[in-house]
Amino acid sequence: MSANNNTAVQAATLTINGRPVEINGEKNLLEVVRKAGIDLPTFCYHSELSAFGACRQCLVETEDGRILASCSVPADPGMKIKTHSPRVQRIRKVALELLLANHDRECTTCEKSGVCKLQDLAQRYGIDEVRFGKRDQKMPLDLSSPAIVRNPNRCILCGDCVRMCKEVQGLGILDFANRGASMVVTPAFGRDIADVECVNCGQCAAVCPTGALTVKSEIDQAWAAIYDDSKTVVVQIAPAVRVAVGDAFGLKPGEISLGKLVAALRMIGIDKVFDTSFAADLTVMEETTEFINRLRSGAQLPQFTSCCPAWVKYAEQYYPDMLSNLSSCRSPQQMFGSVAKRYYTKELNIDPKDMYVISVMPCTAKKFEAARPEFSNDGVRDVDLVLTTQEIAHMIKEAGINFAELEEDSLDMPFGFTTGAGVIFGVTGGVAEAVLRAANFLLTGEELQKVAFTEVRGLAGTRAATVDVAGHEVRVAITHTLGEIKALMEKIRKGEEYFDIIEVMACPGGCIGGAGQPGQNTIELRTKRSEGIYRADTRMQLRKAQENPLVQHVYDKWLGQYGSHEAHEALHTQYSGRSRMPGEGISIMQGQSQGEKVDVAVCVGTCCFLKGSTQMLADLTELIDQSGYADQVNLRAAFCLENCAGSASVKVDGKIIGGLTAKKSAVVMQEIMAALRNKKAKVEA
Amino acid sequence: MPPIGETSELERINQVIAEYGNNQSALIPVLQQVQEVYHYLPEEILTYVATALNLSPATVYGVATFYAQFSLEAKGKHVVRVCDGTACHVRGSTPVLNAIRKKVGLTAGMKTTGDRQFTVETVSCLGACGLAPAVVIDDRIYGQMTPEAVSIVLDELMKEVD
Ligand code: SF4
Ligand code: SF4
Ligand code: FES
Repeated sequence: MSANNNTAVQAATLTINGRPVEINGEKNLLEVVRKAGIDLPTFCYHSELSAFGACRQCLVETEDGRILASCSVPADPGMKIKTHSPRVQRIRKVALELLLANHDRECTTCEKSGVCKLQDLAQRYGIDEVRFGKRDQKMPLDLSSPAIVRNPNRCILCGDCVRMCKEVQGLGILDFANRGASMVVTPAFGRDIADVECVNCGQCAAVCPTGALTVKSEIDQAWAAIYDDSKTVVVQIAPAVRVAVGDAFGLKPGEISLGKLVAALRMIGIDKVFDTSFAADLTVMEETTEFINRLRSGAQLPQFTSCCPAWVKYAEQYYPDMLSNLSSCRSPQQMFGSVAKRYYTKELNIDPKDMYVISVMPCTAKKFEAARPEFSNDGVRDVDLVLTTQEIAHMIKEAGINFAELEEDSLDMPFGFTTGAGVIFGVTGGVAEAVLRAANFLLTGEELQKVAFTEVRGLAGTRAATVDVAGHEVRVAITHTLGEIKALMEKIRKGEEYFDIIEVMACPGGCIGGAGQPGQNTIELRTKRSEGIYRADTRMQLRKAQENPLVQHVYDKWLGQYGSHEAHEALHTQYSGRSRMPGEGISIMQGQSQGEKVDVAVCVGTCCFLKGSTQMLADLTELIDQSGYADQVNLRAAFCLENCAGSASVKVDGKIIGGLTAKKSAVVMQEIMAALRNKKAKVEA
Repeated sequence: MPPIGETSELERINQVIAEYGNNQSALIPVLQQVQEVYHYLPEEILTYVATALNLSPATVYGVATFYAQFSLEAKGKHVVRVCDGTACHVRGSTPVLNAIRKKVGLTAGMKTTGDRQFTVETVSCLGACGLAPAVVIDDRIYGQMTPEAVSIVLDELMKEVD
């Protein structure tokens, strides 16, 4: 009995460089080595992704002379390994040299210079010459995306981006193609990334160890606006920026440095510095109003949050049939832009085109959002430019400002006053909590004592809670990363789960883990930042959006009631389905007649496919053949007719016929005959 | 361009997909079927396959480009493969190749004629070195080719085409 106890208590150990190290459930040998304080280099290992074992940097040598990739083997008790034996060192160096041989080594002009893993390791291992030839052919850059830049000449084929997009985001936009020397990492069919289903989350760039995937820099436009005397330059700072910008200047991770950032922006020459959290308070009022209306009527639940532009694009692509469940609220960034250009310009008595709104965001997808056509008026964008935290840090460095030593400065008014509700938007669970802080009040006019809804907090992938809101049992779900929402959606569609409100953020940890933030995006760092956000919340005088006197002022002066017509004009939007792939689809029949022909498209996109549209297509082809009018019909299979809510769909000469099933080919045939008769009648007339 | 997706063809692909129960393990057999039906892997069909198997188009593209048995380019009705292995090269495969390209009307960089009648490729070795220089047209092998001889063979084929 006691002997048993003993073995249970004694932890298993292994020996690293002659020293015993305990094994505590680490998932592989590499994790144990790192725990022992040895920073084994890696390119293709990321603790939140699957192990790949391709870069050959994490090698160790065993007692019996075997070389192991420590990322891909379990930590076995009793193992004896060396992490920098001469053999291991030599192999590691050669592997590194091979990677460098294939890499465009123009470091001085690379955005990642200074934070590049490859550069760092080349330095650590003292690589002073690369003996292998240079890749002579330059591949073109992909500048198509508003969010990220792909430079395949710098790619070392570690596959980190591939696994991030596939495993964490559930998308799989990038993958390996070709083989041997011509292997590349690319979107489908070698297309530009803007021409595929990429949602601009930037997480691929956040894990890329080299400069092959980087955030698109728009610093030049910012300087140009600052030095343009005709422009009043207004900056809004997103909630998650305040706990991350300090990282770029060696401050403690998670430290709140909003005051320093405000001071730096003033020194750079920004005219007005405001807080996106103010607009987030506004979002809370609109989104909660919308939610309680849905709750009262019981219609169109669950309500999904809509402040994450990567999630919005994802929903437009993959859940076009559920877009009416998305909150119609614009994101805080866009609410701010709209209020600034519509109303604040009046207050300042300037033309909207003379105001230049810059957002400082943790996010690359915000660049895409700000450029969406629905957020422009007469060619003037509500938000003129989006800079990521990385970019603003870059500008501050460029301006020679000693950030760490700056005296804190305070925000401008009126959009510099915020409550804790607006600040917690920066972390997963924050939007849901902010809505819960307001829901009871908006429903009954009574304030709750409770402020912190800790049941929705944390960094677990998907969290669920039931919260009592004035007698309604509200089912809340919170998810972050798109892979998580994909899994949850499947359960919801199968009827296995039910929720009233669902918060979705595309980035791990929410905006604090945005791809535009500086530093290595690890779970440890996100935990620190999350703590920072909640610390900022508790330090606020006011913590509920409905208590924000300046938000109230905006309603009194300009918007009227919560959810009013004016508020809808200024603060809401609508969504529409996006075809996932460009192109005409698959041509099935082409009428040979010289005269007019009827165009028929049968959708075989996901929703319609699942409803049996391919069977219908097969039957329809036969019907057309038998009808004797085959020469007057063009038939194709389309990938999306953007009528997913009414799938399966067919388009006959521009007219959509929805609600079809596998057996409904005859209905379509009737429509085709009608269209043919129409054409004939027109010709005769 | 002629239709690339007769339903009967799409159906043959659907059958293979159904056989595997819309499972991702179907990918390679499905691609083989697509290759057989269309003689290449059209982008549209690959996107369709991705939807049906719940894979990303990039993953399907990756597999399609990994295996040499798959081709992403449309091939002509007749595929002409000129051997450029050492033996054939030494015995004059280059003039033969040039003659073929000229005859069917291919300009630099093109592999398939605009009317999709001919695709001309080179291969490293057909294993028919005794017949050098060797040319394979639609699975028939022609040995000891000269520019003149190959021109006669092509004339015959082109008559059929008309
Ligand atoms: S930006 Fe996001 S969606 Fe686009 S390829 Fe990268 S990880 Fe995938
Ligand atoms: S783009 Fe970057 S992350 Fe992706 S494979 Fe290349 S080096 Fe690795
Ligand atoms: S980290 Fe182990 S092989 Fe790359």
